[in-house]
Amino acid sequence: MAELYELTITEARRRLDAGDITSVQLTEAVLERIAAVDSQVRAYLAISDDLAMRQARAADARRRAGNATGPLDGIPLAIKDVINVQGLTTTCGSKIIENFVPPYDSTAVARLKDAGAVLLGKTNCDEFAMGSSTERSAFFVTHNPWDLERVPGGSSGGSAAAVAAGAALGALGTDTGGSIRQPASLCGVTGLKPTYGRVSRYGLVAFGSSLDQIGPFAWTAQDCALILGAIAGADPHDSTAAPQPVPDYVAGLNGDVRGLRVGVPKEYFVEGLEAGVEAAVRDALELLRANGAEIVDVSLPHTKYALPVYYIIAPAEASANLARYDGVRYGVKQAGDSYWDELERTRGSGFGAEVRRRIMLGTYALSAGYYDAYYKRAQQVRTLIRRDFEQAFAQVDILAAPTSPTVAFKIGEKTDDPLAMYLEDVCTLPINLAGMPGLVVPCGFSAGLPVGLQLIGRPFDEGTLLRAGDAYQRLTDWHTRRPALTAST
Amino acid sequence: MALTIAEVEHVAHLARLRLSADELEKLQHELSHILDYIDMLKEVDVSSVAPTAQVTDLANVMRDDEVRPSLPREAVLANAPDQRDGMFRVKDIF
Repeated sequence: MAELYELTITEARRRLDAGDITSVQLTEAVLERIAAVDSQVRAYLAISDDLAMRQARAADARRRAGNATGPLDGIPLAIKDVINVQGLTTTCGSKIIENFVPPYDSTAVARLKDAGAVLLGKTNCDEFAMGSSTERSAFFVTHNPWDLERVPGGSSGGSAAAVAAGAALGALGTDTGGSIRQPASLCGVTGLKPTYGRVSRYGLVAFGSSLDQIGPFAWTAQDCALILGAIAGADPHDSTAAPQPVPDYVAGLNGDVRGLRVGVPKEYFVEGLEAGVEAAVRDALELLRANGAEIVDVSLPHTKYALPVYYIIAPAEASANLARYDGVRYGVKQAGDSYWDELERTRGSGFGAEVRRRIMLGTYALSAGYYDAYYKRAQQVRTLIRRDFEQAFAQVDILAAPTSPTVAFKIGEKTDDPLAMYLEDVCTLPINLAGMPGLVVPCGFSAGLPVGLQLIGRPFDEGTLLRAGDAYQRLTDWHTRRPALTAST
Repeated sequence: MALTIAEVEHVAHLARLRLSADELEKLQHELSHILDYIDMLKEVDVSSVAPTAQVTDLANVMRDDEVRPSLPREAVLANAPDQRDGMFRVKDIF
């Protein structure tokens, strides 16, 4: 029988409802698992065991009284450390704000609390979510549970690795250019980047404000549907949180892909795509076809421009957002001779190398004389990228593609070459530029390391994505594989 | 596109980043390399294309202008490196 920490959220919920287990037992099992394996994986920056046990006892009390609040009541989850939980430090993986204790909950976390979730702690990430390997955390590197010498992906590598290691049943991450989907792929778990605006960004520390989205990690599409249903929807604190009604995502999971038109964009089968990754993705497409889906070749001709567009727009937005770290209202201030001296010292030493690089790039692109050549042109090409998707979705219901060109790479392998690291996101960042939702489901292994299939949907059509991902998981068992981690003694 | 050290210094000043001479030189090479890559955007005809600033298609999301509760002052000041008399404290600006 599976250990409690290996359960899906759906199965844990069934056992909680049946009275077979309590949330306290489940939460203790996960906290023990964290104690046993996290010295190797290092998924967590901070573990909130007191809060978790308090929430677990409260969930059990609600359930005993017949007042269980919803499908996440008593379920232990982890939160990426760029998302505010009142009273727990939000470091963003950065020295410049390592002591910040938020006085309020982000909307996504407030909604998880309302749904009864148990919060285990804050997970590691690349500094301010800028990176694709979690090596850019100012604190430590997170290791891939499938091979501890390899990266978990990033920037939400801690959340992905926590789920893969059995150190959380699910987690929240954020995705600006692939930061949920690429680590989900590299860690062999399921991850969803919702449509831009589907989940409120209130209380999420801003990186690229026209791109950032909060979304779930879990073992299955069904579990991601549960979490999305809890956190999605309009929010008076975020005017970009969309007013569209939130459907019952779980009720829509009927296991049926007959007649589903699945577009395969040829541009995503890029040079540098590993043969083992391509084979796993092609096998997944063949399985969908054998079960009644219609596979259609499509073209997204401006795909190759997505990476340069992204590396103008995201750093430009970041350079503006990160102007707030001035050592005045929060964070770590460096002493100096004057206000300006303190400001430059604080920022020069508080930000890590990758963040400084992106602030410099973004500041340059927005500076006088270069705005039209870089920022405006990038926004115009962004329009063309978005049109590509609109034209493709006139023909098909969803798109299917690789998530990352490679499986998990060795720690240190790409840290010296920024462009090589940026290329990790070549298959994911066009989706952020266009604002679409993307779901990643495990679809096999290459050289013993997980591969994820990326499904891309129309705006606000997470329902179809989740239905396709769930149907695929009813036909396969990749999402039931667990890494062979040995507890430290 | 090759940036000069003076240009890199100017951008660092705009961004209020105090950087060492070594790092300025490193960034000169890295940013030039990245900008060379980005230059591929010049081959795209954008003459009749409107820019996309955001993808929600929402505009002018309004709410009633009414007083609502906000965080207590002490909670907001609690994270400040320096504060006095209920205010954030900084060195002289002029």
